[in-house]
Amino acid sequence: MKKASKPLKQGPAWTFDDLTEYEKVIEEVAVEEFGLDFYPNQLEIVTSEQMIDAYASTGLPITYNHWRYGKYHSYQSNSYKQGKSGLAYEMVINSDPCISYLMENNNLCTQALVIAHAAMGHNAFFKGNFLFKEWTQPDAIVDYCLFARDYIAKCEKKYGYEEVEKILDACHSLEGHGVDKYKRPPPLSRKKEIEQQEKRIEEDQKHIYEFWKTLPIKEESTIEEGPEECCFPSEPQENILYFLEKNSPVLKPWQREIVRIVRKFSQYFYPQGQTKVSNEGFATFMHYEIIYKMFDLGYLEDGFMQNFNELHTGVVAQFQYHTINPYYLGFNMYQEIKRICSEPTAEDKEWFPTIVDTDWKKEVIFAMQNFKDESFIRQYLSPELIRKMRLFNVHDDSELDEYSITHISNDDGYKEIRKALSREYNRAYQIPDIQVTKANIKTDRKLTLTYYPINDIPIEANDLAATEDYLDLLWGFDTKIVEEKKKK
Amino acid sequence: MSTIIDRRKNGGGKSSPNRKRFIGRIREQIKKAIPKIMDKGSVKDFSKKGTVPIPVKGINEPRLRNDPKIGKRDRIIPGNDKYYPGDTHPKPEEGGGGQGEGGGDDSPISEDEFVVEISMEEFMDVFFEDLELPNMTKRSTQPSEEEFKLQFAGQTRTGVPPRLNVVKTFKNSIGRNIGIQAFIESEIKELEKKCEDEDCPEKIKLMLAELEELRGLEIPFIDDIDLRYDHYKLEPQPITSAVVFCIMDVSGSMGFEEKDIAKRFFVLLYYFLSRQYKHTDIVFIRHHHDAKEVNQKEFFESRENGGTVVSPALELMRKIIDERYPPDQWNIYGCQASDGDNFAHDYNNSYQVLTQKIMPITQYFAYIQIGSGMNNTYFGNNLWNEYKKVAEMFPNFQVKAIKQVNQIEAVFREFFKKGGPEK
Repeated sequence: MKKASKPLKQGPAWTFDDLTEYEKVIEEVAVEEFGLDFYPNQLEIVTSEQMIDAYASTGLPITYNHWRYGKYHSYQSNSYKQGKSGLAYEMVINSDPCISYLMENNNLCTQALVIAHAAMGHNAFFKGNFLFKEWTQPDAIVDYCLFARDYIAKCEKKYGYEEVEKILDACHSLEGHGVDKYKRPPPLSRKKEIEQQEKRIEEDQKHIYEFWKTLPIKEESTIEEGPEECCFPSEPQENILYFLEKNSPVLKPWQREIVRIVRKFSQYFYPQGQTKVSNEGFATFMHYEIIYKMFDLGYLEDGFMQNFNELHTGVVAQFQYHTINPYYLGFNMYQEIKRICSEPTAEDKEWFPTIVDTDWKKEVIFAMQNFKDESFIRQYLSPELIRKMRLFNVHDDSELDEYSITHISNDDGYKEIRKALSREYNRAYQIPDIQVTKANIKTDRKLTLTYYPINDIPIEANDLAATEDYLDLLWGFDTKIVEEKKKK
Repeated sequence: MSTIIDRRKNGGGKSSPNRKRFIGRIREQIKKAIPKIMDKGSVKDFSKKGTVPIPVKGINEPRLRNDPKIGKRDRIIPGNDKYYPGDTHPKPEEGGGGQGEGGGDDSPISEDEFVVEISMEEFMDVFFEDLELPNMTKRSTQPSEEEFKLQFAGQTRTGVPPRLNVVKTFKNSIGRNIGIQAFIESEIKELEKKCEDEDCPEKIKLMLAELEELRGLEIPFIDDIDLRYDHYKLEPQPITSAVVFCIMDVSGSMGFEEKDIAKRFFVLLYYFLSRQYKHTDIVFIRHHHDAKEVNQKEFFESRENGGTVVSPALELMRKIIDERYPPDQWNIYGCQASDGDNFAHDYNNSYQVLTQKIMPITQYFAYIQIGSGMNNTYFGNNLWNEYKKVAEMFPNFQVKAIKQVNQIEAVFREFFKKGGPEK
C-alpha cells in the first residue's frame, strides 16, 4: 500500500467524515496488507443508553420480550452507572451486513481501534471460521429475530404473557442443550420459517402423535417392526430441546414453535461460545497490526499511538493468579504464530516444524479459519508463551483440603499444560453432557435423561431440581436425569 | 464498502417492555424490602426524583451446569512465581460462596444477587399497591364535570355509516317487505275478484292493466326508512369523591423530632392520595392554640410555635365540611398527628367535638400520637386516653403511636391496609 501523503485527522473529537475516512484506510490496510475477507460493514453510532440495550440483548440485534433481558439491562446499567464497569467500546453482531455498534462518546482513536477490531477482525472471523460458516446464517439472523419477536408477541396476546413466559423460562433452562453438535442445521429464513410454521401447525393438527395412537391394527404393526420401536428414542439424543419439540406429548403447536425459536438461538450462539480466545485474539491481533501498519504508512501520528497503546494495554491486561483473559491469551498466540513463522528459534523448529519459515499472514488466517478454542490452543500454544505467561497447572480435588501443583512452565510441563488448558475450553467441561436416553412411550411415559459426568463433577443440585421441573412441564409427564459413568 | 449510520436519534428504551416484566418478577421482593428501605432512610422524600436501590435475590435462571464445588479439576493459572510441581496450597476458607444476611455494600455482586435500581415511580407503584382509603362507600350522585362515559342510548334514523345497526336495519327491511308484499297481494286478490264480477270490458281492461302494474311492482330491499343507527350519548358519571383532612399539631411542645415524624407521615399520606385517587381533595390544617387552613407548601414547610388547644382544629374541620363538603356526597377522612399534649380544659371539648360533630359524618379517622416516650405517658392525662375512648365507640376511629422515624411506614400501612386495619 502507498504511503500516506499526509496523516489523517488526529485529536479526540470526531465527525462522520473523519470516521468515513478512517474506515476507508483501515479497510484498505486490512484487505491489501493482510488479505482479510469480510462481510460489508454497517457501523452504527449509538448512545451509552442504546449500548446498554444492545448489551442486554446478549448480542442479538432484536430480541423477543422476556424478563431476563430486563434483568441483564438492570445489571448492566447499574454497574455502568455506579462506575463498577465501563461499557465495552463496541459490540459486533454476526450478521450480513455485519453490524458494529460504536459508542458516541468514544474518542477518535477509540473509534479507529473499534473499527479495526470489530468491523475487520471479528467480521473476518465470522466470515472465515469453519464453525460460524457451518452453524450460522448471518444473512438471515436479523430477519429471524424479527420473526421470533413478532411470533412471541402474538402468542403473548393470544395466550397471555404468563403462559408464554412459563414456556420460555423452561426452554431457557435447557438452552445449552438445544444444539446438534454434529449435524449441520438447515438454513434460516424468515419467509420460509413462517410458511413452514403454518405447515407444521397444519401437520400437527392432522397428525396424531405416536403416543396417542390407539388403533389396534397400528399397534400390531409397530410391534412387528422390531426392536427399535421398544426403545424410544432408538439412539440417545443430545439435542434435548429438539427432542421435546418433536416428541413431547403435551405441547401445543404454538408452544412447540417457542421451543423451536429458543433452540434456533442457542444454535446461533453455539460457535461464539467455543471461539472466545480465538475470535477475540484474532480481532485484537488485527487491530494491533492494522493500526501499526497505518502508523508505518504515515497515516497516524505519535499522539494517536500513545492513546492507542494505552487502550490496547487495557484490553489485554492479565493479572497474576487471575483467570486467563481471553484477549490476552488469544492476542499473544497470534503474535506467537507471527514470530514462529518469521523468526523461529531452535525450540520452535522442534515444536512447530510445519510452520517455521512460512508466510505468517497466511498461517494466521489459516489458524483463524480452522480452529475452535480447544483445538486452537492444542495446536498453537507455544512453550515460549507458556513461559511468558508463567502458566502452571493447579489440581483441585474437592475431597482434599489443598490444591496441588502438578505442572509448571518447564520442559516436563509444556505438553501437559497445553493439554489441560485446551481441555478447559472443551464444551463438555462447560456444559454437562446430558442426553435423552429413554421415553416409556407405551407405559407411563416417563422420560429418562442420562448425564455422563467428567472427573466426578455432578450437576449443581439446586439448578438440577429446578430444571427437572421445567422438563416435567415441557414433557408433560415425569422426567428424571440419572447419572451414569461413561465406559471408557 | 461500509455504511455509517447514526442511531442516536432512535432513542433508547428498547428494553423497557423487558424491564416491566422484570420488575413484575421482583415485585414481591420489592415489597419485602420496603420496611428495610424506610428504616435505612434511603427514601426520605417521595417528591425527589431518583432511584431506589432494591437488593434482589434468587432471580437466576436455572440451567444444567457443573457443580463448581465438587469433583476433580485442573486449572491453568498465569503468573506462577513460586510453585514447583508437587507443591501444595491451602484452599481458602469456605464462606466466599455463602454470604449471610446483610452482607455489606462491598460484598461481591453475583448475578443471582444484586441491587436493582428502580425509579421512584416504580417504587411507589409497589409501595402503595395494597393500600386503600377504607370505607369509601358514598358515591356522589352529582354529575361530575370530568368523568364522562359513552353510553348506549337507543337507535336513531340518522347517523354515520360505521354506527349502522345491521341487525335492526335488516329486521326493518324484512318487516317492511312482508308488510308491503301482503298489502300488494291483497290488492291483487281484490282486483282479481272485481275483475271476475265485472262485465264492462273497458273496466276490465283498465283493471287488468292495474293488475299488471301491481304484479310488476318491485319492493326495494333496503329503504331509507329501514336504516337504524346506534346512538351513544356522553353521560356524566357519578364519582366517588373523598376529602382528607390532615391535621397537624405544630405547637411548642412538639419537638423537632416529633414534627419531623408528623411531616413524614403526612408526606406519605399526600403521595398515597395523589397517586391512588383521582378525585380526592386534601385539606391541610395546622394548629397550636389556634387552627388555620393552609396550603400544602405552608403545611410542610413553615414553622410556628405556641400552646396547644386541639378542639379548634376539629371545629375548623367541621366548619370546612359544612361549607364545602356536604357529607352525603363526600367520603370524609380525618388524619391527625399530635404529641398528645392539650390544655387541660380542652380534653373534654375535643372529645365532645369528635364524638358529636365529626365521627357521625366521617368515614374514617386516624390519629397518630408521636412521642419519644420520655415526656409523654400514654396513660396519663393525654389525648391518647380521650381518643381511646372514642375508638371504643367508633370502630372507624383508629389510634396508633409512633415513637421513632422507622415506625412511620409500618403504622401508615396498618392504617390504610386493604380490608381495614386490624383492631
